[in-house]
Amino acid sequence: MTALAPTDKPAAQSILEKIGAGNIVVLVLLALYPAVASDFFLTQIGAYSLILGMISLSLMLLAGYGGMVSLAQISVAGIAGYTVAIFGLNNSGVHGFGWPFWIVVPIATLVAAGASALIGVISNRTEGIYTIMITLAIATAFFYFTQQNYSLFNGFPGYTGIRAPEFWGVNWRDPMPFYYLCLGFAVVAYAAVLYGSRSTYGLTVQAVRDNPRRMRALGFNVTAHKVVAYFYAGIIAGLAGVLLVWFNGRISPGTINVSAAINVLIIAVIGGMRHPIGPFLGAVVVVLMQTFAIDIVGAERFNTLIGLFFLVIVFVSPDGLLGLWGRIKPHLAQESLRSGP
Amino acid sequence: MRIHRRTLLALALATGLTAPSLAFAEDSIKIGLLATFEGPFTVLGEDGERGAMTALEEVGGVVAGKKVEIVKGSSDASPDSAVRAARKLVEQDGVKVLVGPLSGDEGIAVKDYAKTHPEVTFVNGSSAAQDTTLRDPAANFFRFGTDGAQWMAGLGTYAYNEKGYKKVATVAEDYSFPYTQVFGFMAEFCKAGGTVPSKSWVPIGNKDYSSVIAAIPDDVDAIYVALGGADGVNFLTQYQQAGGSAPLIGGSITVDQTVLTSKGKIRDVLVGTPSAGPIADTNDTPQWKAFVDAYKKQPNAFPSPSLFAHAYYLDMKALLMALNDVGGDVSDGGKKLQETLAKVSFDGPTGKVSLDKNRNAIADMYLTEVSEGTDGNLYNKLVKVVPQVNQTLGMAEDEFLKLGVVGRDNPSCP
Repeated sequence: MTALAPTDKPAAQSILEKIGAGNIVVLVLLALYPAVASDFFLTQIGAYSLILGMISLSLMLLAGYGGMVSLAQISVAGIAGYTVAIFGLNNSGVHGFGWPFWIVVPIATLVAAGASALIGVISNRTEGIYTIMITLAIATAFFYFTQQNYSLFNGFPGYTGIRAPEFWGVNWRDPMPFYYLCLGFAVVAYAAVLYGSRSTYGLTVQAVRDNPRRMRALGFNVTAHKVVAYFYAGIIAGLAGVLLVWFNGRISPGTINVSAAINVLIIAVIGGMRHPIGPFLGAVVVVLMQTFAIDIVGAERFNTLIGLFFLVIVFVSPDGLLGLWGRIKPHLAQESLRSGP
Repeated sequence: MRIHRRTLLALALATGLTAPSLAFAEDSIKIGLLATFEGPFTVLGEDGERGAMTALEEVGGVVAGKKVEIVKGSSDASPDSAVRAARKLVEQDGVKVLVGPLSGDEGIAVKDYAKTHPEVTFVNGSSAAQDTTLRDPAANFFRFGTDGAQWMAGLGTYAYNEKGYKKVATVAEDYSFPYTQVFGFMAEFCKAGGTVPSKSWVPIGNKDYSSVIAAIPDDVDAIYVALGGADGVNFLTQYQQAGGSAPLIGGSITVDQTVLTSKGKIRDVLVGTPSAGPIADTNDTPQWKAFVDAYKKQPNAFPSPSLFAHAYYLDMKALLMALNDVGGDVSDGGKKLQETLAKVSFDGPTGKVSLDKNRNAIADMYLTEVSEGTDGNLYNKLVKVVPQVNQTLGMAEDEFLKLGVVGRDNPSCP
C-alpha cells in the first residue's frame, strides 16, 4: 500500500482517501486472519489463494488493461519455480546448485519476466481468440516439454525437496510466516497494479486496448507497450511461482499442466477482470470449491459440482463476483439513504 | 454508513473462511482414502476404492467396536495433487491413518510427505514404484501390495524360454512405476539372454501413438507394453489399426480388467498375451473365489477385481487387522499401530503376505496369459505361481542396490 505515495496534484485528497477505506479494511482483516484460522486454513486455503490470486492478477493485468488474454501465465510461474529448483537446493539429485535465496529469487523472477516478455513478442501480432490460442499452445508445449525433458526439468517427477529459506530466525515455510510472506507479496503486487493502472503507462496500455490503430497514429509504439505489459505481468507471475514452489516444496509438470493454465483463467473470470481485487476473490472461491467439493458430493461427482457452481456464477454475472458486487452496491447505497437519519 | 456495511460484509466473509473444525464423536475412527478419482486413471481409482470397501465390509464397517468413517481424497495421478489431497486429509480432516495413493510417483511424493507427519500412519494404496520403500523409506509408510518389479516375477524367463522371444521392444509410460515394471521384466529377460533394442517412453494421458508405433523396429519378436487404463486401450487400438502384428507381452496393468473389459477389436490382439502380476483372474483357490464374490457386491464392479482393487484390499485389510489389535487406539501418535502393522502377516486372497524390514510386502506372484472365458469375457488365465517374491527379487540386498535406481536408461541390454 505504501507504494501509493500521494502525488502533489489534488492536494485536497488525504492519504486515506487515496488508498481507499475499503482496501485498508480488507488489509487489516487479512492481517488479523491468522488469529482465527487453523494452520490448514492459513496455508492450504489462505496462502494458496493468495498465490493463485497473484498468478491470476498477472493475467488480469494483461486481459483487463491490455485486452490480451494469455493462458501461459502458469507457465511463466512454472519457469520461476523450476529456476528456483535448479539454482537453489533440491533433493532430486539433478542440478540444485545451492545458491542462496537472495540471488535465486531475483534470478527466477527475471527469467520468468523475460520468458513472459518473449511470449508477448510471439503473440504480439494476434488479437482476441488468437492470443488465447497461441498462448494455450505455448503453455501446452511447455508442459509436454517439461514432462519429457530429463536433463533440465527432470521429467515427470520434477523436483522435490525444495525448501523455503530460513533467515532472521524464522522458517518462512511455517504456516504463519509463510502466510504473511504471501500476503506481503500479494499486497505489493496488488498495489503496484492499482497504481500502475492510473499511471501514464497504464492509461496508455488501456488506450492501446481500446484503439490500437489510433494510438499508433498518435505515435505510440504499440508493440513495445504490449511487450512491457507482458514483462510486468511476468514479474508478478514469477514471484507467485517462487512462492508456489516453496508452498508445495516441489514442482513437476503436474503443477503447470493445461488444467492448471485453464484454472488461472477460471479464477480471473470468476473473480472479475475490472479491478485487481477480482483475481483474489476468484482464487478464494476456486480454492474453497476445489478443496471442499469432495466433502459435499463425494468422490464421483465433485468435479461436476465445481463446474456447475462456476457456470452459475458466470451465468448470473458475466463480470464475475466483482460484477455481482457492482450490481448490489447501488441497492445498498439507496437503502442507506432510506434508513439514514 | 457505507463503510460500516462493507466492514460487516468483509467480517462475515473472514469468519466464513475460518470454518471451525468440527468435533467428532470418540467412538468412530477416521480413515483417509486417497485414490485417483479424476484424470486418466479415474477408472483405476474407482476400482481401488471398491477393493478398500470390500475389506471394510468384511468387518462390517466396525473395527475394535468403533465405527469406521472413510474420508475420501482425490488426486489426478500427478505427485502434486496427491500431496495436496493427503495434506487436506491429514491437516484439515484430521485422519490419523491414511490408505493410498494409487500411482507410482504419487507414492514417492506421499512417502516424502509422510516423513513430516510421523504421528500419522500411511498405508499404501496400489502405487508400485520401487523407491517408495527401497531407498530412503519413511518409517510410517507401509506397503502390503508389493512393487512393480516384483509383479514381473517369472515373466522375463517365460517369454525367453517358453515363448521363444529373443528380441523385444518396450513401450511404457514415462514415470517411476513403468520404469519399475520394465526393470522387473528386463532383469530376468536380459539375464536369460534376450535383448531389448528399443525402449519408448510416452507421457501419461498420451492420445496419439503413431510416432511411437513407427519407431518400433520391424525385426522384434514381441512388444512389451506397460501402459495403464485409457493409455493401454489407445495404444493397442492404434497399433492394431496401423497393421501391427507382433505379439505382445503385457505389463501388470496393461492386461488388467480395466483394459480387458474394454470393447472393440483389441480383444483379438490381446488373447494369448503373457503377463505377470499380483493376481490371476482364473485363480481357483477358495480364498480368491471368496474375495471375488465379496468384491462383486460392490456397485459397478468389474467381472473380476483389478489389481488396484486387490492392492487397496490388501492394504485396507492389513490396516484394519492392525487397528483391531491395538483396539483402535492411535492416541499415542500411532506408535503401537505402526509396530503392529510391521508384524502383520496374513493369508490374503492370493496367498501369504508379510512385510520386510523396509515395510514392503513379500507375496506370491502370478504368471498369466490372456484367454477368453466361456462367457465371452477376457481373463488372465493362471500359468504359474511364483511363491513369496521379495523386493530384491531373491538377490542379496546390497547386490540388488548396486543395479542402480530404475529409470529410462537403467537397465539396458540392447
